[in-house]
Amino acid sequence: MKGLQKYLLKKTGWYLVTLFIAVFLNFMLPRLIPGNPVASIVAEATGTLTDAAAIKKIYDTYMSMFGLDKPMWQQFLIYVNNVFHGNLGLSFYQFPRPVSDIIGSCIHWTLMLQLPAILVGWFVGNALGALTAYRKGVFDRVFFPLFLFLSAIPAFGFAYVNVYFLSNQLKLFPGSLAYSFEMLPNWANPGFLLSVLDHYRLPFLTMVLVAIGGQSLGMREMSIYELNADYVKYSRLLGIKDKKIVWYVFRNAMLPQINGLALSLGSMIGGNLIAEIVFSYPGLGTTMFTAIRNQDFPLISGCTLIITVTVLIANFVVDIICGLIDPRVRMTQQEEG
Amino acid sequence: MGYFLKTVFKSGKFCFGFSVIVIILLLITIYPMFDTRDPLDMAGGFFERPNMVEYINRNKEGGQKAASAVAEVDQATTDLLAQFGMVMAEKKEQPIALHILGTDNFGRDMMAQLVAGTKTSLVIGLLAGTIATLIGLTIGLLAGYLGGQIDNFLSSITNIFLVIPSFVILVLVSVSVSTRSFLTTGIIIGVTSWPWTARAVRSQTTSLRNRDHVNLSKLSGHSMPRIIIKDILPYIASYVVMAFILQVASGILSEASISMLGLGPRNVATLGLMMNWAGSFNALFNGNWWAFLPMVLMISLITFSLNLMNSGLDQIFNPQIRS
Repeated sequence: MKGLQKYLLKKTGWYLVTLFIAVFLNFMLPRLIPGNPVASIVAEATGTLTDAAAIKKIYDTYMSMFGLDKPMWQQFLIYVNNVFHGNLGLSFYQFPRPVSDIIGSCIHWTLMLQLPAILVGWFVGNALGALTAYRKGVFDRVFFPLFLFLSAIPAFGFAYVNVYFLSNQLKLFPGSLAYSFEMLPNWANPGFLLSVLDHYRLPFLTMVLVAIGGQSLGMREMSIYELNADYVKYSRLLGIKDKKIVWYVFRNAMLPQINGLALSLGSMIGGNLIAEIVFSYPGLGTTMFTAIRNQDFPLISGCTLIITVTVLIANFVVDIICGLIDPRVRMTQQEEG
Repeated sequence: MGYFLKTVFKSGKFCFGFSVIVIILLLITIYPMFDTRDPLDMAGGFFERPNMVEYINRNKEGGQKAASAVAEVDQATTDLLAQFGMVMAEKKEQPIALHILGTDNFGRDMMAQLVAGTKTSLVIGLLAGTIATLIGLTIGLLAGYLGGQIDNFLSSITNIFLVIPSFVILVLVSVSVSTRSFLTTGIIIGVTSWPWTARAVRSQTTSLRNRDHVNLSKLSGHSMPRIIIKDILPYIASYVVMAFILQVASGILSEASISMLGLGPRNVATLGLMMNWAGSFNALFNGNWWAFLPMVLMISLITFSLNLMNSGLDQIFNPQIRS
């Protein structure tokens, strides 16, 4: 138990350090922008005002409102303090709406779409990967290139193709938005729920297929590795039933794939969130896209911070699970220091 | 090296992937020789269909009609001019505008853009892959070979940047850099995507550090750079090549991702940027498939071939996976 405790403590410590660095980068990088982003808001706010003293006053008010009139290190402390109180600042573009409010109104769409899709894709992908490794031959020769090609298509490119063929040409699914455009979001309304489900199908299908490609490749490789292991040959010599051996192989190949789950949660940011733009899905990806278009810096860094924290938490949980179920992980981690 | 190449080309997967890449490379070198238009110039109407056959037919009919009309008008004009004792210069024929893949939202020729975009995307991928591999290799070799505190320090940094999604840093840096050429984009992608290579190289180097031939070199008093280059690098070369190939593939995907967000390079066509244009000008809902499908296919084909090459190499260098 002592080893496990040490492992948990160490992991927690490292994730705290990582979180600190992530928050620091998130604070620092947008502030490297040459020029002053507040100036453009002030220009808009003052409009036709010509009185220099009045403009100066408005400018100063805005600067202190965004906390830009203090030295950098004070700004950072205030930022960290605010972040811990759930305050991510005010949006430039949708001024004076708080960033946390905007993110709060979109993040559930992303979670609702991505998490189930990744989990389903993970299960199906692993099963298919193990199957191709076990069956080999023609089966493998057909599925391996298929999975490889599937994993090579960027998620948003796949979204384009699906929206065009399945929605626009074949009219099988609605191809954009998360619910019918004439509806108001009201979760108690059965009509709204049906509309949400209807619009959910195509993005979900796309995400699942993308996830299957990557996961099955990883599982296939691990299973082939395990199938060549000595214990499999020994079991065969002992005359143990094939079904049982496959189960051993599957279980052993599965453990590294739990890490793969964390990875795919991390990589969902790179491709899958952007696919939301293609579907006009009102999630985090689309919000970040609009923020970037409007140069809404507080909202951009709010989005990136939320994304980072989500990925950190997912990785942390997976690390803990791996440490709990697989003693080998604890050992190697300790060796690595 | 000769032996290396011979083994590598025995793998069917590697050969197939390699051939596709070579064909794409040939396309982007040869096509611009025949089509010298600037890919970003307006060459036709908005969202014109791919029209090779149509255009040839139309030009035949239209050309004849136009020719006879011109001849009629010309006859009248020449007669008129002849009365005043002047002679008109002979009219030259208009060149035929051919759009193999149609045109996009600004009437730019898709084929010319596709070729130019593929080239830019490949350059970005290669640049990003080279930078990421160099940084990752240096950090991984140092951490793995030196061990001790330096290893602890470097590995910690690597692990931290492994968990912070590189895409997020990519977005933040791209937002902060106001003038983005495709070279800047490549550099930014490369600088944010080295941790995987560093980790792989480190674990390989650690296992090599105490081999007999390395110890022998140490006893002979060879310098550290020499030991690393002569005794360690050759053993991990195949891994580095594989990591490089994967980095190039992911560099191309990263470019496409941030270009989709509008954070990619400016004033140049890249595959990601062209998909972004197609999306923002509603090509999807107007059924203009030629405005995005070629790019999706091109990105997938490049990534697929690179991954296939990687898998072929893996089969050769990782005998345990050889099935």
